[in-house]
Amino acid sequence: MTAHTAHGHGPAKIIRSRPTTAARPNVLGGAAAFVWLLIVSVPLYWILITSLRTQQGFFGESPLAFPTDPTLDNYRTVLANDFGRYLSNSFIVTISAVVLVVASGYLCAYTVARSPNKKTRTMFNVMLLGLAIPLQATIIPIYLMIVKAGLYDNLLAIILPSVAFALPITVLILVNFLRDIPVQLYEAMRIDGASEWEVMVKLAIPLSRPAIVTVAIYSGLNIWNGFLFPLVLTQSPETRVLPLALTSYQGMFTINVPAIIAAVVLSSLPVIALYILGRRQLLAGMTAGFGK
Amino acid sequence: MTTTRTRGAGATSFGPSALLGIPAMAFFAVFAILPLGVALYLSFTQWSGLGSPEWVGLENWRTLLTDSSTAHSLMLTIQLMVLTWLVQTPISLLLGVFLAGRQRYREILAVVYFVPLLLSSASIAIAYRNLLDPNFGVFSGGGLGWLNQNWLGDPSLTFYVVAFIIAWQFVPFHTLLYQGGARQIPQTLYEAAAIDGAGRARQFRSITLPQLRYTIVTSSTLILVGALTYFDVIFILTQGGPGDATRILPLDMYLTGFVANKMGLASAIAVVLVVLGMVLSLTISKASGFSKMESQLDGEA
Repeated sequence: MTAHTAHGHGPAKIIRSRPTTAARPNVLGGAAAFVWLLIVSVPLYWILITSLRTQQGFFGESPLAFPTDPTLDNYRTVLANDFGRYLSNSFIVTISAVVLVVASGYLCAYTVARSPNKKTRTMFNVMLLGLAIPLQATIIPIYLMIVKAGLYDNLLAIILPSVAFALPITVLILVNFLRDIPVQLYEAMRIDGASEWEVMVKLAIPLSRPAIVTVAIYSGLNIWNGFLFPLVLTQSPETRVLPLALTSYQGMFTINVPAIIAAVVLSSLPVIALYILGRRQLLAGMTAGFGK
Repeated sequence: MTTTRTRGAGATSFGPSALLGIPAMAFFAVFAILPLGVALYLSFTQWSGLGSPEWVGLENWRTLLTDSSTAHSLMLTIQLMVLTWLVQTPISLLLGVFLAGRQRYREILAVVYFVPLLLSSASIAIAYRNLLDPNFGVFSGGGLGWLNQNWLGDPSLTFYVVAFIIAWQFVPFHTLLYQGGARQIPQTLYEAAAIDGAGRARQFRSITLPQLRYTIVTSSTLILVGALTYFDVIFILTQGGPGDATRILPLDMYLTGFVANKMGLASAIAVVLVVLGMVLSLTISKASGFSKMESQLDGEA
């Protein structure tokens, strides 16, 4: 605590990202943290060890004991059953949607933050309103529109509406971040003769990289895990993405529970890897986006 | 407050054209706004999903108002809303404030805590379905037998199991919000309070809670409106059952439309969902002054 008193007399709003350590230890918080750790880790542990069990082991061994005969066969079974195709479908959908979300969302947020006027304010308000639209409520009209547009059972059918529903939070986070860039920086560059476009590309985009990474990770996570759009808008194994593939594995393997669970683990590995790489960034960006 | 900053930005003679916002607005208009209008139109039609919708006037709405199953789904949705709020808010608040500290071990904890947030609802539902299996699940051996219930088959239990799993999935997200909020509380406030002799509980009540009010509003809005969107987990976990014990409104809409092929009636339910979502978030933002959402970053710390 004494370590921070040096900053104590500064203006309050500069002080961000401070630990809230108080005089006495946070006993209640610590206890809650421990209990929640158990609640989170026991199912995760069960998932991990079950994916390594043999089928006999699953029926015979104690469910929380480490498998006596751990095996990777379940992973082999899943990989041999079109996992690669579903994985690549998920990658195609997620990457194209994220590119569209970030590009269009950035342009929108940039003009809202830099040109505050009636038009941009309306745009921002429409986006904020979008936060309250339950995605589920739009699924029947979207189904109708996708069928009429001849896009049913095409990966574009997942990509396009996913972009729309990722935009509100993307714009909100980016606007909150872009507003913190001092106006003087933009003006100085403009006075030096840079075009609006150059200002954005050379100044704003590099400065807002942390926020861009955040919205890319966050929207990517949601799109990767999306279930309803693929469920309603695609049908064939050729367009199946991972969350749907999991339910089809469930039907295919029925009593081979370890194989189903191995599919769950495999489908989660890419996002867990991404999270470990971008964790700090995500935390910082979300904080800025949702504010205090 | 940002209003001054916004005015400051407006004073500049430079600024990009609002045209830059068009691609985003186009996506949003076509796939989020237009569908709301189409849903309203479809709610006055009869349509099986194939062929063309046929105008039937108020028939779906009459069915909706007189049909007790929709009333049941609506009640369940509201119950789930209240229950998930009651479960998630205290836990995320406590955890978030705790994790706002900077010790090394908390960093490691934070990695584990946030894993559920990364898993797809499909993964979570499939894992829990098997994990809660009375014969081979996690409670079927190893001294945990007293916890071994027919969690997903007993109508009086399943609703609570669903609320628990939703909390399991989303507490990390709300913890993240509270953690971010708590880190922005000026340390000086606590120091001053400590000098005045305020204990931890008093500091929590008089500093942490009031300072976190925007976070509480954000998080609560997302939880309450979120209850209108829980679909994936329940769809895979229970299909709305046993009986209709977990058939909340979004699921009712899906089953009515895409399983029972009554797209018109399902569209009427969709309209109810949208209206509920809008009313909820407007009420919360009005009640809390949260409509000035953009000014929170410079909030009166």
